[in-house]
Amino acid sequence: MKSWQKHLGLVLPLLVVAGVVLWPIITDNVSARESAFTILKAIALASSLNILLGYTGYVSFGHIVFYGFGGYVGLYFVNDHGWSIWAGMLAGGIASGILAFLLGKAILRLRGAYFALATIGINEAMKAFANNFDLFGGPIGMVLNFSVYKAYGGAAEALKMTFYIMAGLTFAALLISHFVRSSKFGLGLLAIRENEDAAEVMGVIAPNAKTWAYVLSAIIPGMVGVLFFFKNGHVEPPVAFPLHSSIELLVMVMLGGQGTVLGPILGAFAYQGMRGYLVTSDFFKDIQLSVSGVVLLLIVLFIPAGAIGWLRHRIPVLRRVLA
Amino acid sequence: MTVLLSVQGVTKRFGGLQALTKVTFDLPEGQILGLIGPNGAGKTTLFNAINGVYPPEEGHIIFRGQEVTRAKTYTMARMGLARTHQIVQPLNELTVLENVMVGACFGQENHSLSNAYGIAEEVLEFVGLGIRSEQLAASLNVAQKKRLEMARALASRPKLLLLDEVLAGLNSSEIGNMVETVKKIRERGITIIMIEHVMKAVMNVSDRILVLDYGQQIAEGTPEEISQNEKVIEAYLGDPKLAEKLLKEE
Ligand SMILES: Nc1ncnc2c1ncn2[C@@H]1O[C@H](COP(=O)(O)OP(=O)(O)O)[C@@H](O)[C@H]1O
Ligand SMILES: [Mg+2]
Repeated sequence: MKSWQKHLGLVLPLLVVAGVVLWPIITDNVSARESAFTILKAIALASSLNILLGYTGYVSFGHIVFYGFGGYVGLYFVNDHGWSIWAGMLAGGIASGILAFLLGKAILRLRGAYFALATIGINEAMKAFANNFDLFGGPIGMVLNFSVYKAYGGAAEALKMTFYIMAGLTFAALLISHFVRSSKFGLGLLAIRENEDAAEVMGVIAPNAKTWAYVLSAIIPGMVGVLFFFKNGHVEPPVAFPLHSSIELLVMVMLGGQGTVLGPILGAFAYQGMRGYLVTSDFFKDIQLSVSGVVLLLIVLFIPAGAIGWLRHRIPVLRRVLA
Repeated sequence: MTVLLSVQGVTKRFGGLQALTKVTFDLPEGQILGLIGPNGAGKTTLFNAINGVYPPEEGHIIFRGQEVTRAKTYTMARMGLARTHQIVQPLNELTVLENVMVGACFGQENHSLSNAYGIAEEVLEFVGLGIRSEQLAASLNVAQKKRLEMARALASRPKLLLLDEVLAGLNSSEIGNMVETVKKIRERGITIIMIEHVMKAVMNVSDRILVLDYGQQIAEGTPEEISQNEKVIEAYLGDPKLAEKLLKEE
Protein backbone atom coordinates (compact mmCIF):
# COMPACT_ATOMS: atom_id res chain seq x y z
CA MET A 1 0.00 0.00 0.00
CA LYS A 2 1.47 3.33 -1.01
CA SER A 3 1.58 5.78 1.82
CA TRP A 4 -0.49 8.45 0.11
CA GLN A 5 -3.27 5.94 -0.54
CA LYS A 6 -3.50 5.34 3.14
CA HIS A 7 -4.43 8.98 3.64
CA LEU A 8 -6.91 9.27 0.79
CA GLY A 9 -9.70 8.68 3.27
CA LEU A 10 -8.78 11.92 5.01
CA VAL A 11 -9.60 14.13 2.02
CA LEU A 12 -13.41 14.13 2.19
CA PRO A 13 -13.60 14.60 5.97
CA LEU A 14 -11.20 17.55 5.75
CA LEU A 15 -13.20 19.13 2.94
CA VAL A 16 -16.50 18.77 4.78
CA VAL A 17 -15.16 20.29 7.99
CA ALA A 18 -13.38 23.06 6.08
CA GLY A 19 -16.70 23.85 4.41
CA VAL A 20 -18.45 24.15 7.76
CA VAL A 21 -15.70 26.42 9.06
CA LEU A 22 -15.64 28.67 5.98
CA TRP A 23 -19.40 29.09 5.63
CA PRO A 24 -19.87 31.70 8.44
CA ILE A 25 -16.55 33.36 7.58
CA ILE A 26 -17.53 33.89 3.95
CA THR A 27 -21.09 34.95 4.71
CA ASP A 28 -19.85 37.00 7.67
CA ASN A 29 -22.98 36.10 9.55
CA VAL A 30 -23.12 35.74 13.34
CA SER A 31 -26.08 33.39 13.40
CA ALA A 32 -24.40 31.18 10.78
CA ARG A 33 -21.39 31.14 13.08
CA GLU A 34 -23.52 29.90 15.95
CA SER A 35 -24.97 27.14 13.78
CA ALA A 36 -21.54 26.19 12.51
CA PHE A 37 -20.23 26.10 16.08
CA THR A 38 -22.98 23.66 17.05
CA ILE A 39 -22.23 21.43 14.06
CA LEU A 40 -18.47 21.47 14.67
CA LYS A 41 -19.03 20.61 18.32
CA ALA A 42 -21.22 17.68 17.31
CA ILE A 43 -18.61 16.49 14.80
CA ALA A 44 -15.79 16.69 17.34
CA LEU A 45 -17.77 14.80 19.99
CA ALA A 46 -19.16 12.18 17.60
CA SER A 47 -15.74 11.54 16.04
CA SER A 48 -14.28 11.05 19.51
CA LEU A 49 -17.03 8.65 20.54
CA ASN A 50 -16.44 6.76 17.30
CA ILE A 51 -12.96 5.71 18.47
CA LEU A 52 -14.60 3.68 21.21
CA LEU A 53 -17.91 2.81 19.59
CA GLY A 54 -16.92 2.43 15.96
CA TYR A 55 -13.35 1.18 16.13
CA THR A 56 -13.34 -0.78 19.39
CA GLY A 57 -16.99 -1.88 19.42
CA TYR A 58 -17.82 -0.73 22.95
CA VAL A 59 -21.11 1.15 23.28
CA SER A 60 -20.77 4.08 25.66
CA PHE A 61 -24.16 5.51 26.58
CA GLY A 62 -22.67 8.06 28.94
CA HIS A 63 -19.85 9.52 26.88
CA ILE A 64 -20.96 13.06 27.67
CA VAL A 65 -19.48 12.56 31.15
CA PHE A 66 -16.06 13.47 29.73
CA TYR A 67 -17.40 16.68 28.24
CA GLY A 68 -19.01 17.64 31.54
CA PHE A 69 -16.17 16.62 33.81
CA GLY A 70 -13.41 18.13 31.68
CA GLY A 71 -15.49 21.26 31.22
CA TYR A 72 -15.98 21.67 34.94
CA VAL A 73 -12.30 21.19 35.72
CA GLY A 74 -11.15 23.61 33.01
CA LEU A 75 -13.69 26.29 33.83
CA TYR A 76 -12.78 26.05 37.49
CA PHE A 77 -9.14 26.87 36.73
CA VAL A 78 -10.06 29.65 34.30
CA ASN A 79 -12.54 31.23 36.69
CA ASP A 80 -11.00 30.71 40.12
CA HIS A 81 -7.30 30.67 39.31
CA GLY A 82 -7.10 33.07 36.39
CA TRP A 83 -5.78 30.49 33.91
CA SER A 84 -6.00 31.30 30.22
CA ILE A 85 -8.56 29.45 28.10
CA TRP A 86 -5.68 27.49 26.55
CA ALA A 87 -4.38 26.26 29.88
CA GLY A 88 -7.94 25.61 31.01
CA MET A 89 -8.66 23.48 27.94
CA LEU A 90 -5.47 21.55 28.47
CA ALA A 91 -6.43 20.90 32.09
CA GLY A 92 -9.92 19.79 31.02
CA GLY A 93 -8.55 17.43 28.38
CA ILE A 94 -6.06 15.90 30.78
CA ALA A 95 -8.66 15.56 33.54
CA SER A 96 -11.02 13.71 31.21
CA GLY A 97 -8.20 11.52 29.94
CA ILE A 98 -7.24 10.54 33.47
CA LEU A 99 -10.88 9.87 34.36
CA ALA A 100 -11.21 7.62 31.30
CA PHE A 101 -8.02 5.79 32.24
CA LEU A 102 -9.26 5.02 35.74
CA LEU A 103 -12.77 4.14 34.57
CA GLY A 104 -11.33 2.01 31.79
CA LYS A 105 -9.38 -0.10 34.25
CA ALA A 106 -12.61 -0.65 36.18
CA ILE A 107 -15.37 -1.15 33.61
CA LEU A 108 -13.81 -2.08 30.27
CA ARG A 109 -13.70 -5.70 31.38
CA LEU A 110 -17.50 -5.65 31.09
CA ARG A 111 -18.85 -6.61 27.72
CA GLY A 112 -21.91 -5.65 25.71
CA ALA A 113 -24.90 -4.29 27.59
CA TYR A 114 -23.09 -4.39 30.94
CA PHE A 115 -20.52 -1.89 29.78
CA ALA A 116 -23.22 0.36 28.28
CA LEU A 117 -25.17 0.32 31.55
CA ALA A 118 -22.06 1.09 33.57
CA THR A 119 -21.34 4.17 31.45
CA ILE A 120 -24.85 5.51 32.14
CA GLY A 121 -24.33 4.93 35.85
CA ILE A 122 -21.06 6.82 35.77
CA ASN A 123 -22.61 9.83 34.05
CA GLU A 124 -25.38 9.98 36.67
CA ALA A 125 -22.92 9.48 39.51
CA MET A 126 -20.78 12.32 38.18
CA LYS A 127 -23.82 14.59 37.95
CA ALA A 128 -24.68 13.81 41.56
CA PHE A 129 -21.07 14.47 42.54
CA ALA A 130 -21.09 17.90 40.83
CA ASN A 131 -24.36 18.69 42.59
CA ASN A 132 -22.70 18.15 45.93
CA PHE A 133 -19.18 19.39 45.32
CA ASP A 134 -18.78 22.89 46.73
CA LEU A 135 -15.62 23.71 44.81
CA PHE A 136 -17.67 23.39 41.57
CA GLY A 137 -20.54 25.44 43.00
CA GLY A 138 -22.85 22.54 43.90
CA PRO A 139 -26.31 22.68 42.28
CA ILE A 140 -25.83 26.33 41.23
CA GLY A 141 -22.70 25.54 39.28
CA MET A 142 -20.17 28.17 38.25
CA VAL A 143 -20.72 31.52 36.63
CA LEU A 144 -17.82 32.91 34.69
CA ASN A 145 -16.59 36.24 35.94
CA PHE A 146 -17.31 38.57 33.02
CA SER A 147 -13.96 40.27 33.33
CA VAL A 148 -12.28 37.05 32.13
CA TYR A 149 -13.31 37.98 28.57
CA LYS A 150 -11.37 41.25 28.79
CA ALA A 151 -8.11 39.48 28.23
CA TYR A 152 -9.42 38.44 24.80
CA GLY A 153 -10.63 41.89 23.71
CA GLY A 154 -14.12 41.82 25.19
CA ALA A 155 -17.06 39.45 25.01
CA ALA A 156 -17.73 39.79 21.27
CA GLU A 157 -14.10 39.08 20.36
CA ALA A 158 -13.91 36.23 22.81
CA LEU A 159 -16.97 34.61 21.25
CA LYS A 160 -15.46 34.95 17.81
CA MET A 161 -12.27 33.36 19.10
CA THR A 162 -14.16 30.39 20.54
CA PHE A 163 -15.40 29.62 17.05
CA TYR A 164 -11.87 29.36 15.69
CA ILE A 165 -10.76 27.27 18.63
CA MET A 166 -13.73 24.99 18.06
CA ALA A 167 -12.67 24.65 14.43
CA GLY A 168 -9.17 23.70 15.58
CA LEU A 169 -10.51 21.10 18.02
CA THR A 170 -12.70 19.61 15.29
CA PHE A 171 -9.73 19.25 12.96
CA ALA A 172 -7.77 17.71 15.81
CA ALA A 173 -10.58 15.20 16.49
CA LEU A 174 -10.69 14.32 12.84
CA LEU A 175 -6.95 13.81 12.57
CA ILE A 176 -6.90 11.66 15.71
CA SER A 177 -9.75 9.61 14.29
CA HIS A 178 -7.95 9.12 11.00
CA PHE A 179 -4.54 8.34 12.43
CA VAL A 180 -5.97 5.88 14.93
CA ARG A 181 -7.88 4.16 12.13
CA SER A 182 -4.86 3.83 9.88
CA SER A 183 -2.38 2.80 12.60
CA LYS A 184 -1.31 -0.53 14.00
CA PHE A 185 -3.00 0.43 17.26
CA GLY A 186 -6.21 0.98 15.28
CA LEU A 187 -5.92 -2.43 13.61
CA GLY A 188 -5.76 -3.95 17.08
CA LEU A 189 -8.93 -2.04 18.03
CA LEU A 190 -10.76 -3.25 14.93
CA ALA A 191 -9.70 -6.80 15.76
CA ILE A 192 -11.11 -6.39 19.27
CA ARG A 193 -14.36 -5.07 17.81
CA GLU A 194 -14.69 -8.08 15.52
CA ASN A 195 -13.78 -10.78 18.03
CA GLU A 196 -12.05 -9.88 21.27
CA ASP A 197 -11.05 -13.42 22.21
CA ALA A 198 -9.60 -14.16 18.79
CA ALA A 199 -7.76 -10.83 18.85
CA GLU A 200 -6.14 -11.75 22.17
CA VAL A 201 -5.16 -15.17 20.85
CA MET A 202 -3.32 -13.30 18.08
CA GLY A 203 -1.47 -11.21 20.66
CA VAL A 204 -3.55 -8.03 20.91
CA ILE A 205 -3.32 -6.94 24.56
CA ALA A 206 -7.00 -6.03 24.67
CA PRO A 207 -7.15 -4.58 28.20
CA ASN A 208 -4.46 -2.02 27.37
CA ALA A 209 -5.68 -1.24 23.87
CA LYS A 210 -9.24 -0.67 25.09
CA THR A 211 -8.09 1.59 27.89
CA TRP A 212 -6.06 3.78 25.52
CA ALA A 213 -8.95 3.92 23.07
CA TYR A 214 -11.16 5.09 25.91
CA VAL A 215 -8.61 7.74 26.94
CA LEU A 216 -8.26 8.98 23.36
CA SER A 217 -12.02 9.20 22.99
CA ALA A 218 -12.28 11.28 26.19
CA ILE A 219 -9.65 14.00 25.72
CA ILE A 220 -11.25 16.08 22.95
CA PRO A 221 -14.69 16.01 24.63
CA GLY A 222 -13.07 17.32 27.81
CA MET A 223 -11.50 20.22 25.90
CA VAL A 224 -14.75 20.93 24.04
CA GLY A 225 -16.53 21.08 27.39
CA VAL A 226 -14.16 23.76 28.70
CA LEU A 227 -14.54 25.80 25.53
CA PHE A 228 -18.32 25.54 25.49
CA PHE A 229 -18.78 26.48 29.13
CA PHE A 230 -16.34 29.35 28.65
CA LYS A 231 -18.41 30.55 25.69
CA ASN A 232 -21.66 30.09 27.60
CA GLY A 233 -20.31 31.91 30.62
CA HIS A 234 -21.63 29.35 33.04
CA VAL A 235 -22.07 25.68 33.83
CA GLU A 236 -24.38 23.70 36.11
CA PRO A 237 -24.80 19.94 36.58
CA PRO A 238 -27.72 19.28 34.17
CA VAL A 239 -25.99 21.33 31.45
CA ALA A 240 -22.73 19.46 31.92
CA PHE A 241 -24.05 15.89 32.10
CA PRO A 242 -27.14 15.67 29.86
CA LEU A 243 -27.78 11.97 29.26
CA HIS A 244 -29.88 12.74 26.19
CA SER A 245 -26.85 14.32 24.51
CA SER A 246 -24.99 11.05 24.96
CA ILE A 247 -27.75 9.29 23.12
CA GLU A 248 -27.81 11.95 20.41
CA LEU A 249 -24.09 11.33 19.90
CA LEU A 250 -24.77 7.62 19.47
CA VAL A 251 -27.43 8.42 16.87
CA MET A 252 -24.97 10.63 14.96
CA VAL A 253 -22.25 7.97 14.87
CA MET A 254 -24.66 5.19 13.96
CA LEU A 255 -26.46 7.29 11.35
CA GLY A 256 -23.34 8.28 9.45
CA GLY A 257 -21.52 4.98 9.91
CA GLN A 258 -19.60 3.70 12.90
CA GLY A 259 -15.99 2.73 12.39
CA THR A 260 -15.35 5.14 9.54
CA VAL A 261 -13.76 8.60 9.70
CA LEU A 262 -16.36 10.28 7.50
CA GLY A 263 -19.43 8.61 9.01
CA PRO A 264 -19.63 10.50 12.32
CA ILE A 265 -19.03 13.77 10.48
CA LEU A 266 -21.92 13.26 8.09
CA GLY A 267 -24.02 11.83 10.91
CA ALA A 268 -23.41 14.89 13.08
CA PHE A 269 -24.23 17.13 10.16
CA ALA A 270 -27.44 15.31 9.27
CA TYR A 271 -28.55 14.97 12.85
CA GLN A 272 -28.03 18.65 13.65
CA GLY A 273 -29.93 19.55 10.50
CA MET A 274 -32.81 17.31 11.49
CA ARG A 275 -32.76 18.59 15.04
CA GLY A 276 -32.78 22.20 13.85
CA TYR A 277 -35.91 21.44 11.88
CA LEU A 278 -37.59 19.52 14.68
CA VAL A 279 -37.07 22.08 17.44
CA THR A 280 -38.49 24.88 15.30
CA SER A 281 -41.49 22.88 14.13
CA ASP A 282 -44.65 23.35 16.21
CA PHE A 283 -45.57 19.74 15.95
CA PHE A 284 -42.22 18.14 16.75
CA LYS A 285 -40.60 20.54 19.16
CA ASP A 286 -41.79 18.75 22.31
CA ILE A 287 -41.16 15.25 21.06
CA GLN A 288 -37.83 15.92 19.38
CA LEU A 289 -36.05 13.33 21.55
CA SER A 290 -38.64 10.69 20.77
CA VAL A 291 -37.99 11.26 17.09
CA SER A 292 -34.25 10.76 17.71
CA GLY A 293 -35.08 7.51 19.48
CA VAL A 294 -37.12 6.31 16.54
CA VAL A 295 -34.32 7.26 14.15
CA LEU A 296 -31.85 5.23 16.24
CA LEU A 297 -34.21 2.26 16.17
CA LEU A 298 -34.62 2.47 12.40
CA ILE A 299 -30.85 2.63 11.87
CA VAL A 300 -30.17 -0.35 14.10
CA LEU A 301 -32.90 -2.33 12.35
CA PHE A 302 -32.24 -1.43 8.75
CA ILE A 303 -28.78 0.07 8.21
CA PRO A 304 -26.70 -1.08 11.20
CA ALA A 305 -23.52 -0.11 9.34
CA GLY A 306 -24.76 3.48 8.88
CA ALA A 307 -24.83 5.45 5.64
CA ILE A 308 -21.10 5.23 4.90
CA GLY A 309 -20.91 1.58 5.89
CA TRP A 310 -23.84 0.86 3.61
CA LEU A 311 -22.16 2.61 0.69
CA ARG A 312 -18.87 0.81 1.32
CA HIS A 313 -20.66 -2.52 1.23
CA ARG A 314 -22.57 -1.73 -1.94
CA ILE A 315 -19.75 -0.13 -3.88
CA PRO A 316 -16.39 -1.66 -2.88
CA VAL A 317 -14.38 0.77 -5.05
CA LEU A 318 -15.44 3.51 -2.66
CA ARG A 319 -13.59 1.82 0.20
CA ARG A 320 -10.40 3.73 -0.44
CA VAL A 321 -12.09 7.12 -0.49
CA LEU A 322 -14.70 6.52 2.20
CA ALA A 323 -12.38 5.43 4.96
CA MET B 1 17.39 -31.81 21.30
CA THR B 2 15.87 -28.85 23.14
CA VAL B 3 12.40 -29.17 24.57
CA LEU B 4 10.17 -26.37 23.30
CA LEU B 5 7.04 -27.25 25.22
CA SER B 6 6.66 -29.32 28.33
CA VAL B 7 3.22 -30.30 29.60
CA GLN B 8 3.36 -31.78 33.10
CA GLY B 9 0.39 -33.41 34.79
CA VAL B 10 -2.18 -31.05 33.33
CA THR B 11 -5.69 -31.57 34.68
CA LYS B 12 -8.75 -29.60 33.63
CA ARG B 13 -12.33 -29.94 34.91
CA PHE B 14 -15.55 -28.37 33.67
CA GLY B 15 -17.86 -28.65 36.66
CA GLY B 16 -18.11 -32.38 37.26
CA LEU B 17 -16.57 -33.27 33.91
CA GLN B 18 -12.94 -34.34 33.91
CA ALA B 19 -11.86 -32.97 30.52
CA LEU B 20 -8.11 -33.64 31.00
CA THR B 21 -6.45 -35.97 33.50
CA LYS B 22 -2.73 -35.56 34.22
CA VAL B 23 -1.64 -35.13 30.62
CA THR B 24 2.15 -35.19 30.39
CA PHE B 25 4.51 -34.92 27.44
CA ASP B 26 7.59 -33.10 26.14
CA LEU B 27 7.71 -31.65 22.66
CA PRO B 28 11.19 -31.23 21.15
CA GLU B 29 11.84 -28.33 18.80
CA GLY B 30 11.16 -29.01 15.12
CA GLN B 31 8.86 -32.00 15.59
CA ILE B 32 5.27 -32.56 14.57
CA LEU B 33 3.14 -34.10 17.29
CA GLY B 34 -0.18 -35.58 16.18
CA LEU B 35 -2.97 -35.41 18.76
CA ILE B 36 -5.76 -37.90 18.16
CA GLY B 37 -8.75 -39.28 20.00
CA PRO B 38 -12.51 -39.58 19.67
CA ASN B 39 -14.78 -36.53 19.75
CA GLY B 40 -14.99 -35.07 23.23
CA ALA B 41 -11.67 -36.65 24.26
CA GLY B 42 -10.27 -33.28 25.37
CA LYS B 43 -8.01 -32.43 22.44
CA THR B 44 -9.27 -28.87 21.95
CA THR B 45 -9.31 -28.42 25.71
CA LEU B 46 -5.62 -29.33 25.79
CA PHE B 47 -4.94 -26.58 23.24
CA ASN B 48 -7.01 -24.17 25.31
CA ALA B 49 -4.97 -25.05 28.38
CA ILE B 50 -1.67 -24.60 26.56
CA ASN B 51 -2.49 -21.23 25.04
CA GLY B 52 -4.17 -19.76 28.10
CA VAL B 53 -7.86 -19.83 27.20
CA TYR B 54 -8.66 -22.07 30.18
CA PRO B 55 -5.89 -22.29 32.78
CA PRO B 56 -5.65 -25.86 34.12
CA GLU B 57 -6.55 -26.72 37.71
CA GLU B 58 -3.42 -28.80 38.19
CA GLY B 59 -0.09 -29.26 36.52
CA HIS B 60 2.44 -27.08 34.77
CA ILE B 61 3.04 -25.85 31.26
CA ILE B 62 6.54 -24.75 30.35
CA PHE B 63 7.15 -23.01 27.04
CA ARG B 64 10.60 -21.95 25.88
CA GLY B 65 11.91 -22.61 29.36
CA GLN B 66 9.36 -20.40 31.09
CA GLU B 67 6.52 -21.34 33.39
CA VAL B 68 3.39 -20.20 31.52
CA THR B 69 0.68 -22.18 33.29
CA ARG B 70 -1.56 -19.20 33.97
CA ALA B 71 -0.34 -16.86 31.24
CA LYS B 72 -2.86 -14.92 29.16
CA THR B 73 -3.52 -15.83 25.54
CA TYR B 74 -1.87 -12.61 24.32
CA THR B 75 1.23 -13.31 26.40
CA MET B 76 1.50 -16.74 24.80
CA ALA B 77 1.04 -15.22 21.34
CA ARG B 78 3.81 -12.73 22.00
CA MET B 79 6.07 -15.54 23.19
CA GLY B 80 5.69 -17.27 19.85
CA LEU B 81 2.67 -19.52 20.16
CA ALA B 82 0.03 -19.44 17.44
CA ARG B 83 -3.08 -21.53 16.94
CA THR B 84 -5.99 -22.14 14.64
CA HIS B 85 -9.53 -22.70 15.91
CA GLN B 86 -11.60 -25.79 15.20
CA ILE B 87 -14.59 -23.45 14.98
CA VAL B 88 -13.20 -20.73 12.76
CA GLN B 89 -12.97 -17.24 14.26
CA PRO B 90 -12.61 -14.81 11.36
CA LEU B 91 -12.62 -11.05 11.94
CA ASN B 92 -15.65 -10.78 9.69
CA GLU B 93 -15.78 -7.12 8.78
CA LEU B 94 -12.06 -6.87 8.09
CA THR B 95 -10.51 -7.93 4.82
CA VAL B 96 -8.62 -11.21 4.50
CA LEU B 97 -5.40 -9.21 4.28
CA GLU B 98 -6.19 -7.23 7.42
CA ASN B 99 -6.99 -10.44 9.30
CA VAL B 100 -3.54 -11.77 8.49
CA MET B 101 -1.87 -8.44 9.25
CA VAL B 102 -3.25 -8.68 12.80
CA GLY B 103 -1.32 -11.92 13.18
CA ALA B 104 1.91 -10.34 11.93
CA CYS B 105 1.52 -7.10 13.90
CA PHE B 106 0.85 -8.59 17.32
CA GLY B 107 2.72 -11.88 17.23
CA GLN B 108 6.16 -12.48 18.63
CA GLU B 109 7.96 -10.35 16.02
CA ASN B 110 5.72 -7.34 16.68
CA HIS B 111 5.92 -5.95 13.15
CA SER B 112 5.01 -2.47 11.95
CA LEU B 113 1.98 -2.09 9.69
CA SER B 114 4.01 -1.80 6.51
CA ASN B 115 6.13 -4.88 7.30
CA ALA B 116 2.98 -6.74 8.26
CA TYR B 117 1.50 -5.87 4.90
CA GLY B 118 4.38 -7.58 3.12
CA ILE B 119 4.32 -10.62 5.38
CA ALA B 120 0.56 -10.98 5.00
CA GLU B 121 0.78 -10.89 1.22
CA GLU B 122 3.49 -13.53 1.26
CA VAL B 123 1.65 -15.81 3.70
CA LEU B 124 -1.61 -15.47 1.76
CA GLU B 125 0.19 -16.64 -1.37
CA PHE B 126 1.67 -19.51 0.60
CA VAL B 127 -1.74 -20.80 1.76
CA GLY B 128 -3.36 -20.07 -1.60
CA LEU B 129 -5.57 -17.14 -0.61
CA GLY B 130 -3.61 -14.48 -2.49
CA ILE B 131 -6.43 -13.57 -4.85
CA ARG B 132 -8.87 -13.15 -1.97
CA SER B 133 -6.86 -10.66 0.05
CA GLU B 134 -9.18 -7.68 -0.57
CA GLN B 135 -12.37 -9.63 0.21
CA LEU B 136 -14.09 -9.37 3.57
CA ALA B 137 -13.33 -12.41 5.72
CA ALA B 138 -17.07 -12.98 6.17
CA SER B 139 -17.40 -13.74 2.47
CA LEU B 140 -15.05 -16.77 2.50
CA ASN B 141 -16.34 -20.35 2.52
CA VAL B 142 -15.39 -22.75 5.31
CA ALA B 143 -12.35 -24.24 3.57
CA GLN B 144 -11.05 -20.75 2.86
CA LYS B 145 -11.72 -19.67 6.44
CA LYS B 146 -9.61 -22.61 7.63
CA ARG B 147 -6.81 -21.38 5.40
CA LEU B 148 -7.30 -17.91 6.79
CA GLU B 149 -6.88 -19.29 10.32
CA MET B 150 -3.68 -20.93 9.15
CA ALA B 151 -2.44 -17.77 7.43
CA ARG B 152 -3.06 -15.62 10.50
CA ALA B 153 -1.19 -18.07 12.67
CA LEU B 154 1.74 -18.31 10.25
CA ALA B 155 1.98 -14.55 9.81
CA SER B 156 3.00 -14.27 13.45
CA ARG B 157 6.10 -16.37 12.60
CA PRO B 158 5.46 -18.66 15.57
CA LYS B 159 7.86 -21.04 17.29
CA LEU B 160 5.00 -23.41 18.05
CA LEU B 161 1.87 -23.83 15.97
CA LEU B 162 -1.28 -25.53 17.26
CA LEU B 163 -3.50 -26.78 14.42
CA ASP B 164 -7.01 -27.80 15.45
CA GLU B 165 -8.64 -29.99 12.77
CA VAL B 166 -7.54 -27.95 9.79
CA LEU B 167 -8.48 -30.84 7.50
CA ALA B 168 -12.04 -31.29 8.77
CA GLY B 169 -14.64 -30.42 6.18
CA LEU B 170 -12.16 -30.31 3.30
CA ASN B 171 -12.43 -32.47 0.18
CA SER B 172 -9.64 -34.88 -0.75
CA SER B 173 -7.75 -32.52 -3.06
CA GLU B 174 -8.01 -29.75 -0.46
CA ILE B 175 -6.68 -32.22 2.13
CA GLY B 176 -3.74 -33.00 -0.16
CA ASN B 177 -2.94 -29.29 -0.49
CA MET B 178 -3.25 -28.69 3.21
CA VAL B 179 -0.96 -31.63 4.07
CA GLU B 180 1.63 -30.24 1.66
CA THR B 181 1.25 -26.86 3.36
CA VAL B 182 1.82 -28.43 6.78
CA LYS B 183 4.97 -30.16 5.54
CA LYS B 184 6.27 -26.89 4.10
CA ILE B 185 5.62 -25.21 7.42
CA ARG B 186 7.70 -27.83 9.18
CA GLU B 187 10.53 -27.24 6.72
CA ARG B 188 10.57 -23.66 7.99
CA GLY B 189 11.54 -25.06 11.39
CA ILE B 190 8.20 -24.48 13.07
CA THR B 191 7.19 -27.00 15.71
CA ILE B 192 3.61 -28.23 15.36
CA ILE B 193 0.93 -29.97 17.38
CA MET B 194 -1.79 -31.16 15.09
CA ILE B 195 -5.24 -32.37 16.10
CA GLU B 196 -6.62 -34.48 13.31
CA HIS B 197 -9.30 -37.02 12.53
CA VAL B 198 -8.01 -37.91 9.10
CA MET B 199 -5.82 -40.86 10.15
CA LYS B 200 -3.85 -41.26 6.98
CA ALA B 201 -2.83 -37.63 6.99
CA VAL B 202 -1.88 -37.50 10.64
CA MET B 203 0.08 -40.79 10.51
CA ASN B 204 1.82 -39.47 7.45
CA VAL B 205 3.09 -36.13 8.74
CA SER B 206 3.58 -36.70 12.47
CA ASP B 207 6.89 -37.61 14.13
CA ARG B 208 5.06 -38.76 17.23
CA ILE B 209 1.45 -39.26 18.18
CA LEU B 210 -0.40 -38.80 21.45
CA VAL B 211 -3.79 -40.42 21.97
CA LEU B 212 -6.43 -39.00 24.32
CA ASP B 213 -9.57 -40.81 25.41
CA TYR B 214 -12.00 -39.27 27.92
CA GLY B 215 -9.28 -36.88 28.99
CA GLN B 216 -6.82 -39.72 29.68
CA GLN B 217 -3.58 -39.98 27.80
CA ILE B 218 -3.83 -43.62 26.71
CA ALA B 219 -0.79 -43.85 24.45
CA GLU B 220 2.17 -41.95 23.05
CA GLY B 221 4.66 -43.04 20.42
CA THR B 222 5.67 -43.12 16.79
CA PRO B 223 2.91 -43.60 14.20
CA GLU B 224 3.89 -47.29 13.81
CA GLU B 225 3.77 -47.91 17.55
CA ILE B 226 0.37 -46.22 17.81
CA SER B 227 -1.19 -48.15 14.97
CA GLN B 228 -0.19 -51.40 16.72
CA ASN B 229 -1.06 -50.34 20.25
CA GLU B 230 -3.70 -52.60 21.81
CA LYS B 231 -5.26 -49.87 23.93
CA VAL B 232 -5.57 -47.51 21.00
CA ILE B 233 -7.14 -50.12 18.76
CA GLU B 234 -9.56 -51.02 21.51
CA ALA B 235 -10.49 -47.50 22.56
CA TYR B 236 -10.40 -45.82 19.26
CA LEU B 237 -9.31 -47.42 16.04
CA GLY B 238 -10.91 -50.76 16.90
CA ASP B 239 -14.36 -49.45 17.57
CA PRO B 240 -16.17 -50.36 14.33
CA LYS B 241 -18.66 -47.50 14.56
CA LEU B 242 -15.98 -44.89 15.14
CA ALA B 243 -13.81 -46.21 12.36
CA GLU B 244 -16.81 -45.93 10.07
CA LYS B 245 -17.45 -42.39 11.17
CA LEU B 246 -13.85 -41.43 10.62
CA LEU B 247 -13.86 -42.89 7.15
CA LYS B 248 -16.95 -40.84 6.33
CA GLU B 249 -15.28 -37.66 7.53
CA GLU B 250 -12.43 -38.50 5.23
N1 LIG C 1 -16.10 -24.42 27.94
C1 LIG C 1 -16.54 -25.64 28.26
N2 LIG C 1 -17.45 -25.78 29.25
C2 LIG C 1 -17.90 -27.00 29.60
N3 LIG C 1 -17.51 -28.14 29.02
C3 LIG C 1 -16.61 -28.07 28.02
C4 LIG C 1 -16.08 -26.82 27.59
N4 LIG C 1 -15.20 -27.05 26.58
C5 LIG C 1 -15.19 -28.38 26.41
N5 LIG C 1 -16.02 -29.01 27.25
C6 LIG C 1 -16.23 -30.45 27.36
O1 LIG C 1 -14.97 -31.06 27.53
C7 LIG C 1 -14.90 -32.27 26.80
C8 LIG C 1 -13.73 -32.22 25.83
O2 LIG C 1 -14.06 -31.32 24.79
P1 LIG C 1 -13.04 -30.98 23.63
O3 LIG C 1 -11.74 -30.65 24.21
O4 LIG C 1 -13.70 -29.94 22.78
O5 LIG C 1 -12.97 -32.36 22.83
P2 LIG C 1 -12.28 -32.69 21.44
O6 LIG C 1 -11.63 -31.46 20.92
O7 LIG C 1 -11.32 -33.78 21.75
O8 LIG C 1 -13.38 -33.17 20.56
C9 LIG C 1 -16.25 -32.45 26.11
O9 LIG C 1 -17.07 -33.29 26.89
C10 LIG C 1 -16.81 -31.05 26.08
O10 LIG C 1 -18.22 -31.07 26.11
MG1 LIG D 1 -12.02 -30.35 19.25
